[in-house]
Amino acid sequence: MFANVLDRFRALVLSLLLIAAVASPALAGPFEDAIGKFANDEFSDTDEAIGAVATSGNPLAFAIISALQDGRLMADPDSKKVYVTQPDGKIIDAATGAAVEKLPDGAAAVRLNNRLRRSVEAALGGLTLLSPDPAKRIQAAQSVFKTHDEAMLPLVDEALKKETVNAAKLAFTEARAAILLFKPDATDGEKLEAIATIKARGDQEAMALLTGLTGDQPAAIASAAANAKAAIQRSLALWSMVQNAWYGLSLGSVLLLAAIGLAITFGVMGVINMAHGEMVMIGAYVTFVVQETIRTSFPHLFDYSLLMAVPLAFIVAGLIGILIERSIIRFLYGRPLETLLATWGLSLVLQQAVRTMFGPTNREVGNPSWMSGAFELGQVTITYNRLWILCFTLAVFAILLAMLRYTALGLEMRAVTQNRRMAASMGIATSRVDALTFGLGSGIAGIAGVALSQIDNVSPNLGQSYIIDSFMVVVFGGVGNLWGTLVGAFTLGIANKFLEPVAGAVLGKIAILVLIILFIQKRPRGLFALKGRAVEA
Amino acid sequence: MLTQLTHDISKPFSRRRWLAATAGLVLGLAGVTGVKAQETIKVGVLHSLSGTMAISETTLKDTVLFLIDEQNKKGGVLGKKLEAVVVDPASNWPLFAEKARELITKNKVSVVFGCWTSVSRKSVLPVFKELNSILFYPVQYEGEESERNVFYTGAAPNQQAIPAVDYLMKDEKVKRWVLAGTDYVYPRTTNKILEAYLKSKGVKQEDIMINYTPFGHSDWQTIVADIKKFGSTGKKTAVVSTINGDANVPFYKELGNQGIKATDIPVVAFSVGEEELAGIDTKPLLGHLAAWNYFQSIKDPANEKFIKAWQAYTKNPKRVTNDPMEAHVIGFDMWVKAVEKVKSVDADKVIDALPGIEAKNLTGGTSKMLPNHHITKPVFIGEIKANGQFDVVWKTPGLVAGDAWSKELDGSKDLIGDWVGKKCGNYNTKTNKCGGQGS
Repeated sequence: MFANVLDRFRALVLSLLLIAAVASPALAGPFEDAIGKFANDEFSDTDEAIGAVATSGNPLAFAIISALQDGRLMADPDSKKVYVTQPDGKIIDAATGAAVEKLPDGAAAVRLNNRLRRSVEAALGGLTLLSPDPAKRIQAAQSVFKTHDEAMLPLVDEALKKETVNAAKLAFTEARAAILLFKPDATDGEKLEAIATIKARGDQEAMALLTGLTGDQPAAIASAAANAKAAIQRSLALWSMVQNAWYGLSLGSVLLLAAIGLAITFGVMGVINMAHGEMVMIGAYVTFVVQETIRTSFPHLFDYSLLMAVPLAFIVAGLIGILIERSIIRFLYGRPLETLLATWGLSLVLQQAVRTMFGPTNREVGNPSWMSGAFELGQVTITYNRLWILCFTLAVFAILLAMLRYTALGLEMRAVTQNRRMAASMGIATSRVDALTFGLGSGIAGIAGVALSQIDNVSPNLGQSYIIDSFMVVVFGGVGNLWGTLVGAFTLGIANKFLEPVAGAVLGKIAILVLIILFIQKRPRGLFALKGRAVEA
Repeated sequence: MLTQLTHDISKPFSRRRWLAATAGLVLGLAGVTGVKAQETIKVGVLHSLSGTMAISETTLKDTVLFLIDEQNKKGGVLGKKLEAVVVDPASNWPLFAEKARELITKNKVSVVFGCWTSVSRKSVLPVFKELNSILFYPVQYEGEESERNVFYTGAAPNQQAIPAVDYLMKDEKVKRWVLAGTDYVYPRTTNKILEAYLKSKGVKQEDIMINYTPFGHSDWQTIVADIKKFGSTGKKTAVVSTINGDANVPFYKELGNQGIKATDIPVVAFSVGEEELAGIDTKPLLGHLAAWNYFQSIKDPANEKFIKAWQAYTKNPKRVTNDPMEAHVIGFDMWVKAVEKVKSVDADKVIDALPGIEAKNLTGGTSKMLPNHHITKPVFIGEIKANGQFDVVWKTPGLVAGDAWSKELDGSKDLIGDWVGKKCGNYNTKTNKCGGQGS
């Protein structure tokens, strides 16, 4: 505990001195010696150097420490000289500030470990409280909220006075409340007010803060804290339901995306297509190839790589699908067992082909910047990639539905699947429609691969992990009905995510399987059974 | 002879001539193979080249082929060339046993390098015992085993898991622990050992969260949110991950997306190496940890030479190296030395000769085969760098001897494996009795 306080005190001194250093130029100090320590490649020396540089009061201190944080501080182990690469690419000598033409050959970035990263953050923390960037100010305020370091109070008060952005103002108010709550000489009134502010914040960290409040408080404050804790607990329990529902929707969207192509090949055409997962995998590899091409030739277009991969994946997977239908599946219509075996064999062939072409290891598919990170909605963390996948899935579903409903091809598909012989008599080229339908299903699986490459491994085994889930969704939702697939996917997703916190991931999955088996016993045709003559066809 | 044949073909040739030529060719071929069979020593390679585990095991197959190639360049072993016999057990555990039997009885191999998962090792054990052959097993595993026919060149839990936890406790001052793993024998046993170890260090039950997920788990939202919640009580929290292979990529992606940084909640992994990171964008993972006995980034002349030769052999200047590869390098070297010591490839003689054999590892030390058929290894903790490599932040002062039986578990703390003095894999030092051959 004592060491902890010392640490915090040191961090504060460092940050205050850094501010002083930035404000007032050049005081003499053992600055050059300290700089030399960065070149020793020892974590303890680097730690000392951070301290010494920060307390030196040198105007370069801030530049050096922020360069250290970003891996731009270069040290040459031979000459013990240290250089700062500025964000604009210019290089200066860290000891003198003089510009340098180029780095010596042996120079390497000064290494950090987690402990040092924390000392760097602490040293820079005080500075960012007054940063011109509101996002950085909020971040700094959050870290003060967590550490509730009493000595930061004047700085927080000052920042609060200047603050104009509402979100940052709130963050500073909360940070101030956290400090006051733990300040021994704060008045009871101040403390009660602080508890109210923290209660309004109402998240896990507020809870942790209140839990950390020691027992020897006046009765009024203790009871206020207890009430606040209970209130936060209730709201957190509610939020966790919302969170589970969101996770369920997101898992459901992944299931739907994987299954929707199968809903066409299996659901509409009745082909038990075990190679469906491999179409998903091919889509993912198309994404990889597109990204590789963009990386090597047009790096500035990287953020659009997925948009380009979607049509390409549809075409590649669709063409392969048509090829499979023409060369294998059309000879096997009406023979489900043979189709199952043939497509299963095909799936192994495709896997091994990809393994030979791209190697057995995972391939890196990057997230474009608009698909990275997360935002908070109340107490729920929503990650952008999941959100985009949900939107994307719904869009694919809507387009597919519209296609089947309003286009000529859609009409022909429905006609052929409902009554093949009559459709043929009406002049529809049924074998052409079969090939196109299979191609459509495969193409959509390819699109799914583009999205799944964002959250899963791109490896030859990618498809295998989705094939069982896809069949589960289609069978559960009702064969031959796209809406059934939609409802089935989201039901399974949500059920899974509400079971998982209770039963654990392994048991949760088993429970879902058992539930589906029981359900199929009761309703063999799934949630949305087809009725009428189509059933007999 | 070949020129003779082509010469013959150019003429319109009689039936008799043709027959004679064919007979000659057949005889010639038979002669060649006959000579070949006498002159080579066969080395079996039992790694999956298709199926789920191909992702990890294919590299090890290439490693053994590379090592055989290098050894043959030096003149082979006992004056004979080595010949690799590669089979594909296809990530199918019963098939491992069949293929092992095929290697030993049909192909007459002198030694086998193979297996990755513990279940594949367990499935081939009876075959190696029955047919009395040798298996070198190169992967870190859960321990609790010491077999006469198996040499374990990967890490036992005390050579990876325990030092990693020690590091987090001392250097990162971690007080709360999440033990997350894939649901099978290695993570379950390792976590049992770690739980016992943590409790012996005074960590309370409520500060340990244990979580298992199925193979290939890809939806980590709930678990990552749970970890975040568990870690927000103010006490320093770390995740000890025994999550296997493919499930790691979505796990790390979710960690990155939910904004869990290594400075808040570090994750130390036992199954994530350079190969696995090759499939991830590592920028959000900066500072997360892995514990291994080897890292590609370790600066040592032997390592640099190995990486260069390996990349030249695979014709891929970006090809990475990893810990199980180094285990095969050490194991192969030890086997060659043992064979040369007893001047024979006879299994019994080599098995008796192996304990005590020393071989240089790639990190500047010398590993030794111990009587319990495990080896001594250094332990390194590395932090993930933005380029997909590791930066070593800590290492054990010397080499750590592998314990076949964990000292942390009640069931095994009195057991030792000693195939030199006691000729027993599970000798009980309390009762002074051997619990039988093997476990």
